[in-house]
Amino acid sequence: MQKKLRVKTSEYIDETNRVSFKFNGKSYYGFKGDTLASALLANDVHLVGRSFKYHRPRGVMTAGSEEPNALVQVNDNTDRTEPNVRATEVEIYEGLEASSQNCWPNVNFDIGGVNNVISPFLPAGFYYKTFMWPASFWEKYEYFIRHSAGLGKSPRKKDPDVYDHKYIHCDVLVVGAGIAGILAAKNAAKNNLKTLLVDEKNELGGATIYENREFNKIENQSSSDWLKKEIQGLKDIENLEVKTRTSVAAYHAYNYLLARENLTDHLEKKDKQGKIRQRLLKIRAKKVILATGALERPLIFNNNDRPGIMLSSAVKKYADFYGVICGQKTVFFTNNDSAYESALCLHNRGIKVEAIIDIRDNSDSKIVKAVEDTGIKVYWSHTVVDTSGYKRLKNISVMKLSNDGMSVTGNRIEISCDCLGMSGGWTPAVHLFTQSGGKLSFDEENKVFLPSKYPSEQISIGSCNGDFKINQIIKNLSKNLKDFLKIEQTDFDNISVDIDDEKSKRNIWLLPSDKPIGKTKPFVDYQNDATAKDIKLALREGFRSIEHVKRYTTTGMGTDQGKLGNMHALGIIADTAGVKMGDLGTTTFRPPYTPLTFGTIVGRNVGEYFDIFRRTPMNDWHIQNKVEFENVGQWKRGWYYPADGESMHQAVQRESKAARESAGILDASTLGKIDIQGSDASEFLNRVYTNAWSKLAIGKCRYGLMLNEDGMVYDDGVTTRLGENHYLMTTTTGGAANVLGKLEDYLQTEWPELNVYLTSVTDHYATASVCGPNSKKILNKIIPDLDLSDESFPHMSFKEVKLNNVKCRVMRISFTGEHSYEINIQASYGKSLWEKCIEAGKEFNITPYGTEAMHLLRAEKGFIIVGQDTDGTMTPIDLQMDWIISKKKYDFIGKRSLYRSDTMREDRKQLVGLVTDDPKVVLEEGAQIVSELNQSPVEMLGHVTSSYYSPNLKKSIALAVVKGGKNMMGKKLFIPMEDKTINVSVANPVFFDEKNKRLNA
Amino acid sequence: MFLINCPYCGERDQHEFKAGGEAHIERPKQPTELSDDEWAEYLFMRKNIKGVQFERWNHAHGCRKWFNMVRDTSNDEIKLIYKMGEKPPSE
Ligand SMILES: [Zn+2]
Repeated sequence: MQKKLRVKTSEYIDETNRVSFKFNGKSYYGFKGDTLASALLANDVHLVGRSFKYHRPRGVMTAGSEEPNALVQVNDNTDRTEPNVRATEVEIYEGLEASSQNCWPNVNFDIGGVNNVISPFLPAGFYYKTFMWPASFWEKYEYFIRHSAGLGKSPRKKDPDVYDHKYIHCDVLVVGAGIAGILAAKNAAKNNLKTLLVDEKNELGGATIYENREFNKIENQSSSDWLKKEIQGLKDIENLEVKTRTSVAAYHAYNYLLARENLTDHLEKKDKQGKIRQRLLKIRAKKVILATGALERPLIFNNNDRPGIMLSSAVKKYADFYGVICGQKTVFFTNNDSAYESALCLHNRGIKVEAIIDIRDNSDSKIVKAVEDTGIKVYWSHTVVDTSGYKRLKNISVMKLSNDGMSVTGNRIEISCDCLGMSGGWTPAVHLFTQSGGKLSFDEENKVFLPSKYPSEQISIGSCNGDFKINQIIKNLSKNLKDFLKIEQTDFDNISVDIDDEKSKRNIWLLPSDKPIGKTKPFVDYQNDATAKDIKLALREGFRSIEHVKRYTTTGMGTDQGKLGNMHALGIIADTAGVKMGDLGTTTFRPPYTPLTFGTIVGRNVGEYFDIFRRTPMNDWHIQNKVEFENVGQWKRGWYYPADGESMHQAVQRESKAARESAGILDASTLGKIDIQGSDASEFLNRVYTNAWSKLAIGKCRYGLMLNEDGMVYDDGVTTRLGENHYLMTTTTGGAANVLGKLEDYLQTEWPELNVYLTSVTDHYATASVCGPNSKKILNKIIPDLDLSDESFPHMSFKEVKLNNVKCRVMRISFTGEHSYEINIQASYGKSLWEKCIEAGKEFNITPYGTEAMHLLRAEKGFIIVGQDTDGTMTPIDLQMDWIISKKKYDFIGKRSLYRSDTMREDRKQLVGLVTDDPKVVLEEGAQIVSELNQSPVEMLGHVTSSYYSPNLKKSIALAVVKGGKNMMGKKLFIPMEDKTINVSVANPVFFDEKNKRLNA
Repeated sequence: MFLINCPYCGERDQHEFKAGGEAHIERPKQPTELSDDEWAEYLFMRKNIKGVQFERWNHAHGCRKWFNMVRDTSNDEIKLIYKMGEKPPSE
């Protein structure tokens, strides 16, 4: 710190507590309480980044979350790195490292800066226009765009921090702890309303606390002194919770808001350990009070983006709050009185203010008089037409404005300065209000959009509602708060407020220069480098809708969503197109208000908690036996069980062979199970399945196919009649929840007259499926009392038995084509049942098999898997399953659709078998099927849905859907692959044991 | 995120519910007697109103009950909730 850039001890800065940090590799120090921005400015570092498109040098422009320029990468090369962080919001701590973004090799010498020189060739829409053709060049363009674009680097390593989510329900949520928010929260809480007050900053008080306007008095005290006492008193109020460093990101319908509470970002590395970094608050509030304040506007003039050009209020805040001087020679440029407050504040601290440039022709307010009395030169009716200084502002050129404000006259006046504080008036921060669905109206006199129609129980108060003066804020708040909260009185109903009234107004959205617009760079959106020139070009090219202009010029599309310049963009469009701003409307402000890290959004739902895993009761056994799992919906299902050194293919082949040669066992616990009871249960099944159910005898099982109302196959499974009015339905593993939902829907809404009750019992039973020629012997060892003869217990029937006094349901059903049994037992006994089967099957080499072998075995039999061989466009007829459609039933879900002209087309895709000419070649699932090779383009007839090498048939088999496939038996087709064409012929999809002899073997 | 007043459970967050499309489209009693066009009308044709719309909702992660909702799609205001089988309001 060569220059003396700290002015006085500020109560918010602890000068006894030095904090060292690094910026772009260089060490600096600041004090506890500094932001990265204030500490850098105190070290005379203004150049902090490069702009996005032209790579122009940029400096700190604001002192808040609206900052467009000073975006930094925090803690680069560590696993805690974060891009696009606003230096104005980073509270410094010992060991903080930050670096500039968007520049290479460094911020002082940036190769992309050449874009600034060639900028005449980078107009609005440049990327759209240039990189569109030739299409084959895209890969080359992309390389350059990727290297020159981008805001910062995303972290490469796993995020070491812990994030949290919390639900909060309150009567009143107050967003923003400026003077309006504090008074509102205090009075809500005092009236027995559970109140939450949040603010994004680390200190309460908003602008009032440091602005301390010279002629604003509350109860004859300075407004900041008065407010400090109010803040002191908040601690003792019951029902009031205050959260600082908490930024509301989104305001959704029905007063549901998301806020990010920052807990450790301001702490030293050692203090961050073991703590929750950020917490996402999910707030449901009965009433919401928005007190989000206003953002100062920049002015749009030629070269208004150099480091050293800042918002006037930021210059004042750095001086008052952080005790930091932003320049040795400061000029203010304004269209309203607030810059005079900043000027006087600097002057009173002994900082030289060179001049004030005011586009108005006069102002008779007390503050202006006070400034003029100090001898500071005011240039009335003047504007800045140009600035110079590459990495830091050096000079401004000023000229007199014409009466209509469209041009400048006279000679240039040159003023040497290193800081320019500009004020274009104030924009109410209506972002959250519009996010909630609120409608704005345009106040022509003050050139602001204000809340007009509230979509929920909420009000906007203070400057976000257009009340910029303390007397207005307090008067309107007193009335509005009583109406909104239905309370009798507030404790500030009768306080006295003196203010300095501003009467003179003048607004010019785009200030003229002595140069033609084509030769100027008046930046409207600093972050995206969009200038007024770009907006005018877009209008010339025919864009009219504000949403289109926004996308074409990228105005407002940066991480700051154009918080500073959006109003000017609208104003320039309105002026150029000759429409009223109120008619033009605004672009949509979308959540989040300021960017959120992904960590905050996902909270604890990371790693193994990312999604729910459902595990069967036999899970531990599978793991002990070295299973590889497959995710099926949320279930972890055994996929295959590789023996030592076995590949997946080898394991699946071995498992599939064993199941047919001796015995296999499958964990089928994941299949959906729905218990159906009631006097109309049979009728219900008649209506939901394609086949008939009334005549199914008690103790028998039947396969059913369920359609959607459009006739397409939805689910399938075996249902067992347990009693007169009692069925157990099984569904596919993935379809269970949807099937239950669909059945409930029909029961409750279409057929409420049916007496039927549905209960999901998927998790209540564990299921072991034992199959193969020795399955009968194994079952006999486990349950010797059960008569397994075909007469007593035939295929497709059910027995209730006891296994060591535990009730079991045994179904003799088969999905593999082998003789097989499914044993269902209360879930808590699942593992012991399984182990019993394994033990009893040892002498038969019982082999556990996974889903892959199960799929292979059923494909050998031509059994479909819903979702693999069907895709929501297959009818039972397409699947060649005409046999399952009852001809007698008057109606069932989807029946009528099977007779629509479209579903009866002969050339629909139909399920067929495919065999390859070379039996060793296994097709790829998803491969496309054609009938012609010498034709281009060639019609795609269908695709392969299931494909395996069958160890039992010693050849490759596949299922496929092929247009008109039903009538193509034996036909030669082709499957063109990247490196070869595979010849196949259409075959019967039942490849194995066509007569089903093995079921009773 | 709406706050939905389930007629059986009371106010709950929207994430417990599933939207079920347009309400008061009765499944034809005798589908086989309908022409392709009439069946298609039932099967495919749904209104998509900007404004007041009658909808079906299901408290999927709660009581699993279906109910009807009158919602203004332009501002998401839920105007009325009533049980299945109850008559829709005329206005
Ligand atoms: Zn409910």
